[in-house]
Amino acid sequence: MTGWFELDRFLATDPRDVGCEQAMEILHVYVELVQDDAPGEAARCYPGLAAHLAACGPCGEDFHGLLAAVEANR
Amino acid sequence: MPPDDLAAESTGPVNDGTHSKADGAVDVGPSVDAESAEWLRTLGDTGLGREKALAQLHELLLRIARGELRRRSGQHPITGPELDDIAHQAAGDALLAITAKLDRFRGESRFTTWAYKFVILEVSAKLGRHFWQRPTVALEAEDWDRLPDRFGMGPAEQTQWHDLVTCLRRAVDEELTERQRRVFVAIVLNGVPLDALVVQLGSNRNAIYKTMFDARRKLRAALAAKGYPTLSDDVASGVPTDVDAGRRS
Repeated sequence: MTGWFELDRFLATDPRDVGCEQAMEILHVYVELVQDDAPGEAARCYPGLAAHLAACGPCGEDFHGLLAAVEANR
Repeated sequence: MPPDDLAAESTGPVNDGTHSKADGAVDVGPSVDAESAEWLRTLGDTGLGREKALAQLHELLLRIARGELRRRSGQHPITGPELDDIAHQAAGDALLAITAKLDRFRGESRFTTWAYKFVILEVSAKLGRHFWQRPTVALEAEDWDRLPDRFGMGPAEQTQWHDLVTCLRRAVDEELTERQRRVFVAIVLNGVPLDALVVQLGSNRNAIYKTMFDARRKLRAALAAKGYPTLSDDVASGVPTDVDAGRRS
């Protein structure tokens, strides 16, 4: 039942999730780790932030926006 | 987990290389890169040097704001002069925030990366506010018919999802607090973007997310108690959930 598992994924919460406020506090640091091309390094250093970005649409959008801005202005 | 117990995460080892001085200038630590140090020096300066740095930073922020609004063009209907006006507002407000918080830059990243974050957040906030200028949804209406499509439930599964939606609806009514129910209905059923809901409820992104976080946890437990199988937490937590149904509508 595909729909149920989609819903279950949506409802699932990650106890490591740091929330929006803390995520935004360190987003610039995280983005540079991602940009430095160390696969998985950013998520390993900041698992709570990675969990949050996977779950929070708006913060995930800000992450992609900041990453795009940094890459476009290197 | 209560709403205030979202996990805390250290910002990691920080370069404490900058300190505010009594005259407003910023001491630059030894490990800040040269370009960042120059930004801090000129922005902490007085007179023409500072004015020039502010103008240069504003120009940079405006370029970032315009780029970000272009990048998000599929998520908003704004075009032309109105779009550029939002870019200018975002750049101006970000510049104010950056100069007010200059002493909080700790050299953990390049200065520009830190500064760009402010303008990206301003773009998000301004798009959230703009949503209510031409609202396409009613905040309180409960559009339960939207749910199957939202979660990819096809017509072949109609009987199953009818039972599931009935069960979920009961859980929303019986398990959630009034505020959790309101936030869940607005975001999941009515497709209100989270940042727009922030504006409507006079709240902030973190508070709305935490409300939604607790609602999700309660609803999942309620459905599991009714016999709906759950993915393992490892699997479920590794998959993007995107708590902002409105972004995809």
